[in-house]
Order: sequence, then C-alpha cells, then structure tokens
Amino acid sequence: MEALNLFIKSIFIDNMIFASFLGMCSYLAVSKTVKTSVGLGLAVVFVLLVTVPVNYLLENFILKANALVEGVDLSFLSFIMFIAVIAAIVQLVEMIVEKFAPALYGQLGIFLPLIAVNCAIMGASLFMQQKAFDNIGYATVYALGSGIGWFIAIVLMAAIREKISYSNVPAPLKGVGIAFIVCGLMAMAFMSFMGIKL
Amino acid sequence: MAQTKNSELIKNPLNLNNPITVQVLGICSALAVTVKLEPAIVMAISVTVVTALANLIISLIRNTIPSRIRIIVQLMVVSFLVILVDQVLKAFMYELDKALSVYIGLIITNCIVMGRLEAFALGNKPLPALLDGIGNGLGYGLILVIVAFVRELFGTGQLYGFQVIPQGFYDFGYENCGFMLNPPMALILIGVVIWIQRSKMKELQEK
Repeated sequence: MEALNLFIKSIFIDNMIFASFLGMCSYLAVSKTVKTSVGLGLAVVFVLLVTVPVNYLLENFILKANALVEGVDLSFLSFIMFIAVIAAIVQLVEMIVEKFAPALYGQLGIFLPLIAVNCAIMGASLFMQQKAFDNIGYATVYALGSGIGWFIAIVLMAAIREKISYSNVPAPLKGVGIAFIVCGLMAMAFMSFMGIKL
Repeated sequence: MAQTKNSELIKNPLNLNNPITVQVLGICSALAVTVKLEPAIVMAISVTVVTALANLIISLIRNTIPSRIRIIVQLMVVSFLVILVDQVLKAFMYELDKALSVYIGLIITNCIVMGRLEAFALGNKPLPALLDGIGNGLGYGLILVIVAFVRELFGTGQLYGFQVIPQGFYDFGYENCGFMLNPPMALILIGVVIWIQRSKMKELQEK
C-alpha cells in the first residue's frame, strides 16, 4: 500500500517537471512532435528504472558512512559515482538495445546517448539519496513513478505545442517563449494535485 | 582585434546569446532556485565558477581527449569541480547548501556547462574558453537574479532577506502575492523575460 502511495505521489504530486523542474532542457527541445516525445519519454523511464536501483545499492553498500569500512564516510564521492554509473549504464543500455531490439533502437535514436546528461536522471538519484528509502523496492517504485510522470508531462506538452503551431502567437513569443508560458499553466494545473493527502 | 573579440565573449552571453533565453540551456536549476535572491546569487556564482574552470581545463586537454569518450571525460572534470563547490558551500554556508539541496549536484548535468564544453572549449584556446565560460555563467546569473528579484519582491515583500515594502503599504491593504513563490510563476516569468527581450531584438524572433 505504501508503495502504491509512493508511486502515485511521484507521478502527480512530486512530478519531475512541474514540481522540481528536472529535465527541462530536453523537455523544451524535444517536445515539438508527439512521436519523438514518446520515444524520449520511454527512454527516460527505461534508464531511470535501471540507474536508480543501481545507485541505491551503491549508496547503501559503499558510499554511506560506515557502509564499506567502519569509520569511513565516502558520501562526498556520491556526485562523481552517480554520474559515472549513469554514463556507463546509458552506454550499456544503448549497446544492448542496438543488439537485441534494433527497431526500438531506431526509434530512440539519438535520444539514448543524450539521456546521460538529462537532469531528470541525475536528479532522481540525488532525490533517492535525500529521501533515504527503506529498501530497494521503494527506490524502484520511485524511479518508475518519476519516469512515468516525466513521460506524461512531455507527451502532453508535445500535443499542446502541435496545436499551438496553427495558432496566431505574438511574434516575440513564438517558439520558446510560448512553450514556457504553456508549461507554467500546466504546472498550475498540476498544483491542484498537491492538496491530495496519501 | 583580439581585444574586441575577447570582450565580446563576455558581453554576448549577457544579451544577444544569453544561455537561458536564447540558447535555452540550463533551465532546470534556473527555475528551482529563484524563490529568493540569496540562493539565486550563490547558484549563479557556483555555475560561473564551474563553467569557467571546466572550459579552461577541457580546453587545455582538448587535443588529448579521444572523441569517442569525450562525454565521460567532460562529466568527470565537471563533477570533480562540482564536488569542490559543494564541499566549500557545506563548510562555509551550511544552511544555504541545505536549501539548494539537490540543485548543486545537478550543476553536473546543467546543460550550460556541457553545452559550452561541446560547442566552445573543444575547439578553442584556453583563454577564450575561460572568458566564454565566465560570460555564459554571468548571462545565466543575470536571468536568475531578474527572476529571483521579482519573485522575492512580490512574493514576500523582501529583497535579500530585508523587508523593502514598508509596513504602511500593508496597512492600506496591500498583500504579498503568495503565488509568486510557487513553481509555475518561475516558468511564466522566464516566458515574460523572453517576450520582452525578443520584442526589443527582432532578429531573435522565431519564424
């Protein structure tokens, strides 16, 4: 039950994009058509689902104070370890997908390598460290929820931007400007979930 | 000639080629730390230091990095610098470091740093790369300060923690706009900044 709460909470209430602004760069750059944004969204869910549990293990068995050797606190290394794990896993995932699912690889294309520098991935690992989950199951559920939240946000945004391209936007606002304002309005809508107590 | 070019490296990112409003890089942290001026300024300084030094280091070793693994090398250099910044903040400004929470760590994946490394440091000499890093850090800081100024002034009536809107205003029925402190206003304010900038500079408008 607690896992389900965490899942729903990480999708709607702690939404990666609307509540903590993670992964905004690729979010704004790639959300021009629904098709590409579905591809990127899936890739993000997938990579989150792999990296967060791995980083959870790393955090709890190596980096935490007294985890590896009694009296040694390696937590200052967490940034560099997390990003190394993420970069390595993204590389691995890319090779595996290319070998075993060429169709999916073609669909994700250039997005896979770019994900290594997506703030949402690194952010999820850092939030995982901050929230100090009890076991790896919660960390996985959190990763899945955040990924799906990001997926929903980018697909919604892409659908709205596809429509906006037919409307008459003031010239200085065209492109990025209106995207920011639309995103702000969507964030307001998502704020209504904040009152929900789980 | 070289003189004017170097000064442009600092000036352009402040306006014509601003990392946030024109290149659309590094939005994530720009939005999250702008509730108050103080964290925004600290964040701006941290990003400037990291961008400048990372540009310098990568530019120094640019001819020895094999291009296939350059992303990993860049990430390692950047995360090393970010760890330094984080340790300094933890030592001297512990409260602020807590307030900035994960966003200091996220400088590693801040697209401004990676973007400038890829676009500039890999192909230029150390001195211009250093200046480019400083310029882009300042351009980022400028937007952060503008957004944080508006949000703190209208959201809490304070600037940098000091009360600036006099008590008399409140007695007349003026109220703080609490909505300014919520996430959506950061997005909308940046949208408005882009709007103002692009109506002044027609060449930046998108077709």
